Amino acid sequence: MEVPILKQGDFLIATVQAALTDADLLHLRTALVQHVVRSRSRGVIVDVTSLDVMDSFASRTLRDLDHMIRLRGAETVIVGIQPEVAFAMVQLGLRLEDVATALDLEEGLAYLNQKFKSST
Amino acid sequence: MARKNSNPGETQVQEELGGVLQHAEATSVLLRELVAHLRQNRTQLREEWARRITEAQLLTAMSKEEVFAEATSVYDNYVEALETGTFEALQAYARNLSERIIPRGVETHEVVGIVLLLRDVLARSLFAKYQADFTKLNRILDAYEPAANRIANTVAVGFVQERERVIRQQQEAIRELSTPVLQVRERLLILPIIGVIDPQRARQLTEQLLRGIRTNRAKVVVIDITGVAAMDATVANHLVQTVEASRLLGATVIVTGLSPEIAQTIVNIGVDLGKMNTVGDLQGGIEQAERLLGYKVVPQAAGS
Repeated sequence: MEVPILKQGDFLIATVQAALTDADLLHLRTALVQHVVRSRSRGVIVDVTSLDVMDSFASRTLRDLDHMIRLRGAETVIVGIQPEVAFAMVQLGLRLEDVATALDLEEGLAYLNQKFKSST
Repeated sequence: MARKNSNPGETQVQEELGGVLQHAEATSVLLRELVAHLRQNRTQLREEWARRITEAQLLTAMSKEEVFAEATSVYDNYVEALETGTFEALQAYARNLSERIIPRGVETHEVVGIVLLLRDVLARSLFAKYQADFTKLNRILDAYEPAANRIANTVAVGFVQERERVIRQQQEAIRELSTPVLQVRERLLILPIIGVIDPQRARQLTEQLLRGIRTNRAKVVVIDITGVAAMDATVANHLVQTVEASRLLGATVIVTGLSPEIAQTIVNIGVDLGKMNTVGDLQGGIEQAERLLGYKVVPQAAGS
């Protein structure tokens, strides 16, 4: 299932609509890493509100995505992790270290805006 | 007993059976005699027993009169149990007694102690009565001892069961005391934790907090553990997990009120709290949270 990537001002927003296979995740990662410079975006938001499972592959892919985006000169925020998913993740030891997270899309946008306001 | 049959095997069986029956009959006769003796000397033995209880410094939580009153009813119940051979009444009485004396801080050893004392007092009076007739004394004791042991057992078990029931009830009450997740300011939650945290409660706490973060759209959470007396590795790990899970929801957690003991325990256990934001007390925690949220609290100038 393809994840739509929308451009919103300076940021790219990828909203996950349904459960993703490993291949979908890798595809999303590649697409975002390509897109971010092409669209001259400064931030990427990945919305995982509709995911009710986050396994080790998914969290590793998201972490890698974060690192790659940073190398391409932009910031990533993961938004919309459900409370149950968060609890299950920490129990499995999936901590998404160093990756910025926010409650929902609105918070993610606020976070990025804040970040760029203070850096400029 | 009729022994007309010439078959030797059957005779033997009948003899044995007769022996058992005779024995049982003898026991009940002896117990009746015993009960009569205990009834006759009720006042004296009861007083002797109460005196020994005071002497042994048992039931110190109760006044002398109360001890005597309880001693009287225990004595009567005891004699009745010996007489009827049924223990239901005694059991019910033991439960009732335990219910009354547990809240007053009576310990298990005291209850067992007084029952054993009564056993001792009664045995001594039997020794005194039958000292001339050693065989009779032996038979009386044969009848008395098993019954007395069972009585002591019943009372002690009744007490312990009641105690356990109270403990279970209290545990449940503690568990039901839900830990509130409170919003102090827009986007700022506090979670004061009080009492013992077991894995089940820790899980419940985490779930409540995560749900609270979502519904209140919180950005900062202050977890105050001033009221937590002790913390082991499991609970410390739970705390770390809670902090991590909150972060995944985009909230920063500040932990306040770590006591010196808990701080030492955590360092000794080697739990990694490096990523945890800790502040000395709840006030400091709330102040830091306000800074994180961009609030600034300024005292109103006097007169303005």
